[in-house]
Amino acid sequence: MSSTQPLGAATAAGSRPARRLRRRTWRQALRRDWRLYSLAVAPLAFFAVFRYVPMLGNVIAFRWYQPGGNLFGEYWVGFYYFQEFWSDPSFWHVFTNTLVLGLLSLLFTFPAPVILALLLNEVRSSRFKRIVQSISYLPHFLSVVVVAGIIIQLTSTTGPIDQMLGHLGHAPIDFLQQPGWFRQIYVSSEVWQTAGWGTILYLAALTTIDSQLYEQARIDGANRWKQTWHVTLPGIRPTMVTLLILNIGTFMAVGFEKILLIYNPLTYSTGDVISTYLYRVGVQSGSFSYAAAIGLFESLIGLILVVSANFISRRVVGTSLW
Amino acid sequence: MVAVSETGVAPVGAPVVRRRIQTSRGYRVFQVVNALILTAVMVITLYPFINLLAQSFSAQGAIAAGRVNLIPKGFNLTTYKTVMADPTFWENYRNTVVYTVVATLIAMVLTTCYAYVLSKKNVKGRGFLIGIAVFTMFFNGGLIPNYVLVNDLGLRNSIWAIVLPNAISVFNLLVMKAFFESLPGELEEAAMVDGLNTYGILWRIVLPLSKAVLATMVLFYAVTFWNSWFSAFLYMDNNSMFPVTVYLRNLIAGATGGTDQSASGDTALQVAANIQAVTIVLTVIPILSIYPFIQRYFVSGVMLGAVKG
Repeated sequence: MSSTQPLGAATAAGSRPARRLRRRTWRQALRRDWRLYSLAVAPLAFFAVFRYVPMLGNVIAFRWYQPGGNLFGEYWVGFYYFQEFWSDPSFWHVFTNTLVLGLLSLLFTFPAPVILALLLNEVRSSRFKRIVQSISYLPHFLSVVVVAGIIIQLTSTTGPIDQMLGHLGHAPIDFLQQPGWFRQIYVSSEVWQTAGWGTILYLAALTTIDSQLYEQARIDGANRWKQTWHVTLPGIRPTMVTLLILNIGTFMAVGFEKILLIYNPLTYSTGDVISTYLYRVGVQSGSFSYAAAIGLFESLIGLILVVSANFISRRVVGTSLW
Repeated sequence: MVAVSETGVAPVGAPVVRRRIQTSRGYRVFQVVNALILTAVMVITLYPFINLLAQSFSAQGAIAAGRVNLIPKGFNLTTYKTVMADPTFWENYRNTVVYTVVATLIAMVLTTCYAYVLSKKNVKGRGFLIGIAVFTMFFNGGLIPNYVLVNDLGLRNSIWAIVLPNAISVFNLLVMKAFFESLPGELEEAAMVDGLNTYGILWRIVLPLSKAVLATMVLFYAVTFWNSWFSAFLYMDNNSMFPVTVYLRNLIAGATGGTDQSASGDTALQVAANIQAVTIVLTVIPILSIYPFIQRYFVSGVMLGAVKG
């Protein structure tokens, strides 16, 4: 999207100044714009120290690291830690859990805002629409700790869900202690938290659809359902694809903080994911190199996923992030 | 939706008038169904809050008996008094305020400066400067290297462990850059002719014109820092340094962390239930009370960010 920006700017400014700019050397640029560059110093230091040094810090995945010692480890051990987790059944267990939870989340949290936006779009009373929007955005503003607290209250044996089961004559279920319920709880809380806020971009995209297209569709005899299918959905497709790519990019990092807050040893069999596993192994047990190897593996998969999703979507639907 | 597809089968050759009537009747049905669905969405969204409020005002016994749903049973304010009498709670609450203010301030300065540089189309190396920031959206060092770094820098047990590693949000940066780019360049040129340098232009011309986006960014950062807990959880060892989110986390951890859910563990859970509810309510009150006023700023910020993606 942003790649068209410099082109537009260049034509607006005329091609001659553009060529002159391109020929300017760094020395000239610094002399002319040093004040501007000086503003970038602190932010660049931030990116260097807190974003790029940790990226390089991943070398401890290949090196023996002593806590409190050299940030980048003491000596090379090659792929030792990778082989270690590769042959660790617990790793493959959490790997599978991550895929399952990630896929389930994507399956439910991605379409939810689309459907909600389409429904909101059909509302004629703007007052009612505004109220629904305001209320459905609300969970987005809550701390994940608060959301976890809410989950715990709702699913406790004395909470409303078990009360309802009690009315139906069912014995109370201790949901958060049962591996069989973890995924349902996690995914539904994700939907609860993200569906409303997710409509914003879709609603914005919906307003940009040319009303003449609907006119045309009506003349061609399309009912409202067909109009939705043939005009509305194609109209918001670029937004959908963009958000889908972004979702796929964060796929491997499934709600780390939330899982950390609501899982427990009893639900590890379904709730434990790569990020929580490496947190326990690394931060809690101090196997930094081993955890870093897993983390690096996870980030690489994430990067590969987002790059390939972007590539596929550029080929297939012509929408891409870059 | 079902209602629509039912009426959708109007014969192609049918008179226009008739089809319009049919459609509108089906459409009315759809409107009713739609309103019901959206009302259900609102109920589902709000229900947990109402349940939480009800529990916070209820007696322990009523909660333990599973009788509290939408209306407080055994109404009392004792739990509120208990929680509010805990000095650690207020200490942590104050920490949250301090962390949020300091972190937001630093984040705003850094983000504004960098966004302003990036918004200058003809600055040499612009693509590189943007690339450095955007790349971190898709690839980051990960938990362990960050953890090792913060500890090695000696930031542990200080506010900087929370503030510095999260000082720039690339999303916010792009939102601000997009806004600065949309400002008319003539103003700045005129200011330059009048003898203002880059700092003066940013301070006297650009920032006063950007109050709306600055307010939005302040809110974005403030809400993020107010809600954050993990950095503090990771890097702070001392009760007195925790933000209130970690206070709450430690409360609820008692309810989930049980390796053994024995009878005693179960009662502990129930005793904590109303305390938890009160603490949650007290934690979200600031957000909920300003929410109606800040919501539209957030929406506009997201839209601005989406334009430039």
